[in-house]
Amino acid sequence: MPTRVLIPSGVLCLGFDREALARGVAMKPDLIAIDGGSTDSGPWSLGAGQSKYARSVTKSEWRELMLARAEAGVPLVIGTAGTCGADACVDWMFDITQELATELGQSVKVARLYSGQPAARITQALAAGRVKPLTPAPEISSDRLDQMTNIVALAGAEQIQAALNTGADIIIAGRTTDTAIIAALPLMRGDHAGAAWHGAKVAECGALCSTNPTSGVILVDFDETGFTVEPLATGASCTPHSVSAHMLYENSDPFILYEPGGHLDVTETRYLALDARRTRATGSRWVPGRYTVKLEGARAAGFQTTLIAVLRDAHYVANAQAWADKLHGFLDALIAKRMGLDPASYDLDFRLIGVNAALGAMENRSAAPVEVGVLLIITAQTQALAAEIGKLANPHLLHYPLTENEELPTFAFPYSPAQSDRGALYEFALNHVLELDDPMSAFRLTVTEVSP
Amino acid sequence: MTQVSEIAYKVRSKNAGPFWVTVDIFCGTPEAFARLREGLKTETVAALYHQPTQLLKRFDIADLNVIKFSFPRPVIQGHRSDRDMHGAQWATLLAEMRL
Repeated sequence: MPTRVLIPSGVLCLGFDREALARGVAMKPDLIAIDGGSTDSGPWSLGAGQSKYARSVTKSEWRELMLARAEAGVPLVIGTAGTCGADACVDWMFDITQELATELGQSVKVARLYSGQPAARITQALAAGRVKPLTPAPEISSDRLDQMTNIVALAGAEQIQAALNTGADIIIAGRTTDTAIIAALPLMRGDHAGAAWHGAKVAECGALCSTNPTSGVILVDFDETGFTVEPLATGASCTPHSVSAHMLYENSDPFILYEPGGHLDVTETRYLALDARRTRATGSRWVPGRYTVKLEGARAAGFQTTLIAVLRDAHYVANAQAWADKLHGFLDALIAKRMGLDPASYDLDFRLIGVNAALGAMENRSAAPVEVGVLLIITAQTQALAAEIGKLANPHLLHYPLTENEELPTFAFPYSPAQSDRGALYEFALNHVLELDDPMSAFRLTVTEVSP
Repeated sequence: MTQVSEIAYKVRSKNAGPFWVTVDIFCGTPEAFARLREGLKTETVAALYHQPTQLLKRFDIADLNVIKFSFPRPVIQGHRSDRDMHGAQWATLLAEMRL
């Protein structure tokens, strides 16, 4: 059965074209689906179990989507709610939804799909040989799993279908693959499986697959042989080139995409421009495989304090690296003397902004900058320790001389105090898959009737 | 000696998940594609990123006039020694490479 899915944008909080959304609603979609996050911005969101986006922006965009849902009379699905899709983020999104239901006077059935994994479940699966490493995978053990603040599994189409089957008006899903929230419905209705996954991949970043990437809204029609993708902003086009090129984006392999229960292969896909705006694709293949879900986990790897000083004196600018190296050695000795700490128990990292802060050892260009920003990142086992090292380093970052017998220099500090505590440093600690016999066995579904 | 960015119309890079980075070279025309396909040696690109050649996956995609390189991130995204959370500045090295 043909299925029409409306995708307002690549992620909630990036904004979308209101007129294009209204046009999409008028075209009678069967589902409205939007992504709520990814690992894009780093491990903090998953580590802390918090959204990286402002609650006010999330709420204001979600309000418009709840209104669009009510008008269209079809389910609204958000995947990877709250950036990382941890259970706490699903509940955060649910709170926002409850507030909005009251404000808008809507009675809605809300399904929450939780993707959070207790460490004990993964430890057990690891012992049973059901946790397999991907390449490259960090070392894991039951101890390491216990240290993780959040572990999530990426839900696929099956878990989203279970949520749709509850008859929910709104589905707030924890971590899912970006594609699953779009592919689930066409798969359920018997559309072409290769087309369902491929169309979902093309549309999951919103209008990024079109000639006007910031316009947001995309409509995909799935059927028994392929899919057709159409941007809804005026002036935007989905061309065979813009659509096929999207498989390159954030993908290490542009032809293969792994999903729970198999993989998509677009090697033989043919793209056809239906008109100036719409492109149709056929020939994408779905290759069934073992049922596995990808795992993501984050753990705290210390606490950080940072300081920034700016060197403007030409002599120091020209010798910034030598100065930083010398200061590093001096600080290590001072930390050992004053605090009794071994250098192995903390980390000082000098980043020279204007020299090689972005690329480090890979940098192959050099030029004479006007000034050099010196970012000192301190990592230690506790925040108190990192802060103490920051205070110890402060006067030396300000005054450290390149040579003896020179008048003490004073560099530029941009603010007072110069040191800022950053809180916990999280790191990604899993790149593994979990084998499941029953797709729902690692996921949890809660359905609530929400009234104003 | 011509820079890659003078032949290609766009070079971009981005993480492909926290453990991989991928660099896309949009050549724009079949002529530019042919020139870069010949001119870009996988070993040279590997050396540019301080990677062993065998870790690089290379895709020469004639239909799109695109050359793509993917390799495991030497530093996992967000590790304390990571310098570029999104891996998007890595493209500059390839864009500025001289043939």
